[in-house]
Amino acid sequence: MSEQLTDRKGAWVFIEHRDGRITDVSLELIGRARELADRLGYEVVGLLCGHGVDDLATEVIRRGADRVLLADHPELAHYRTLPYARVAIAEARRRRPEIFLVGGSPNGRDFAPRVASALRCGLTADCTDLQVGNYHVKRDNTTYENLLLQIRPAFGGNLVATIVNPHTRPQMATVREGVMRMPEADATRTGVVERVIPEFEPGDFALEVISHEARHSTVKLKDAAVVVAGGAGITDPKEFELLRDLANLLGGEVGASRAAVDAGFIEKDHQVGQTGTTVRPRLYIAAGISGAIQHRAGMDQSSKIIAINTDPGAPMFQIAHYRIVGKAGDVVPMIIKALRERSADQGAAEGAAR
Amino acid sequence: MTDSRPIDCVVLVKQVPDTHNVTGEAMTSNGTMNRSALPAIFNPEDLNALEMALQVRERHGGTVTVVTMGPPKAADILRESLWRGADRVVLLTDRKFAGADTLATSFALQKAIEKLGRYDLVLAGRQAIDGDTAQVGPQTAEKLGIPQITYAESILEIADGRITAERALDHGSEVVRCRMPCLLTVVGSANTPRPPSARRRMALKLAATSAEIPALRERWPELGTEDALAAHLQSRDLLIPVWTADDIGLAAESIGLAGSPTQVHKVNFVVLESTESKTVEPTPEAIAAMVAELVHEYIVG
Repeated sequence: MSEQLTDRKGAWVFIEHRDGRITDVSLELIGRARELADRLGYEVVGLLCGHGVDDLATEVIRRGADRVLLADHPELAHYRTLPYARVAIAEARRRRPEIFLVGGSPNGRDFAPRVASALRCGLTADCTDLQVGNYHVKRDNTTYENLLLQIRPAFGGNLVATIVNPHTRPQMATVREGVMRMPEADATRTGVVERVIPEFEPGDFALEVISHEARHSTVKLKDAAVVVAGGAGITDPKEFELLRDLANLLGGEVGASRAAVDAGFIEKDHQVGQTGTTVRPRLYIAAGISGAIQHRAGMDQSSKIIAINTDPGAPMFQIAHYRIVGKAGDVVPMIIKALRERSADQGAAEGAAR
Repeated sequence: MTDSRPIDCVVLVKQVPDTHNVTGEAMTSNGTMNRSALPAIFNPEDLNALEMALQVRERHGGTVTVVTMGPPKAADILRESLWRGADRVVLLTDRKFAGADTLATSFALQKAIEKLGRYDLVLAGRQAIDGDTAQVGPQTAEKLGIPQITYAESILEIADGRITAERALDHGSEVVRCRMPCLLTVVGSANTPRPPSARRRMALKLAATSAEIPALRERWPELGTEDALAAHLQSRDLLIPVWTADDIGLAAESIGLAGSPTQVHKVNFVVLESTESKTVEPTPEAIAAMVAELVHEYIVG
């Protein structure tokens, strides 16, 4: 049943799952691990803890893994730090992976430091890119080849740092959701599902989950093609309604800066930025958002940015493609009107053609 | 409801540059950041952790001890902790700590917490705004050999040596029960931290580390010689203890840069891009022209 340990070096991915589905960030990481492993000649290994999750193991292989380490146990049915970490620490000690990637979700960020601390290895938080490269240390004239380059914003997003772990293994990183491409499932891919037996200790069950409540967010900001976002320049709830109208008209979602969330105009799951969602829409309309770096970090990859602000010096104008100096409450209705007139013209034109 | 036994809390705090309020002055002309223009503040979520500990003390009795690791100037947030209600504070400072990554930091915090003695709860903010890593809490818990409750939003009950708490997660919430001692990392939505009390601020305005005594004397020359001032602070319990790496018995290989497996390969400043951009007048005609252009480029419609 169980395969032999492989001699191939491993790029591991922690497979987080919820309600019988693998989380998006875990799938995105399988995709990037595949690219890194192909370059380095490693195998991609998914570490999957759970109970009754054989179908997820198949999914991990279809998305690009060579091997799944499957720890199936009733005590692993729901995520808990200590039992999950126990499995990861034991398997990492036994198999010595080169790379270990974990999604930057709350539970991923609960799990990864616990594991890294036990393995005494380096861990970089919340990476936005991962590459492979060499690292030269002048002091001892040594070059470390093919290290994992862990790229992350630092200092509130004002810097981008590249971090390496030359001396410790695995090279661990947590990665932000939505920054890497999700691989397609390929039903023809094959791989090995290897069952591992957890060796728990009594202390691992110090914590029990009494209840959990899913809050199914209806906000689909992350994948929205158009985001219409409001900030501190919106002073009236009615103006936020205008943003909703515009978003609906464009088939988009409503976003917000932290200021608008703090002001109580909109729920937190609409927040764009470093502490909110990272978006990459085709069009981002920033209405009354000054453009603090924390906000820009979550939207500066948008294809087109329209900035509306009364302050001509607002930082958002520096990354905007269209700069409109004016009150959001005045400008947004003009955009709505222009769009409605266009669609009315189009309707009339189509009617005439028929 | 309440446990008969008092609960002793240790709160881990950090002084950070105020990256959330980057103003125009903090940006240089080429769009990079001027770090020295940023004020040093009490890490916001650490204030939530302190508030949670103070509420535990109000309900169950016990003590609140605040620990920070940082440069000598970090004594500022320890004084603030005293003014907000902490019973005791400790500053971990040593040049040898410099360059510590999260792993090396967690070793130092572990040793300091163990030196403090008995505790029931360790609380820390979920993450610090300068690094946003959220790693030091779990790494410290692992080294202390205690369980962790990260993303804690509220404590529902403490009874029979166990704590019941609610975790706030992206996809919902979770109620967990855990035996103590354990470590909590606290999210910003947990509470509204109380302000420093005016009465405590007056009573504890002289609280200082021994390194701060010369500066204190300059401000209040009437306090006498430095020795007299030190004796005064000591007798009033106003001397903030300072622990070095040696004081907490930290091995050289676990400290600072040497104890940090992660190394910074390079750092790039984020330069604001000057993209191809247009200024659009806030008039219906100009807006309609912009919309037409977006439609033409298949951005909308």
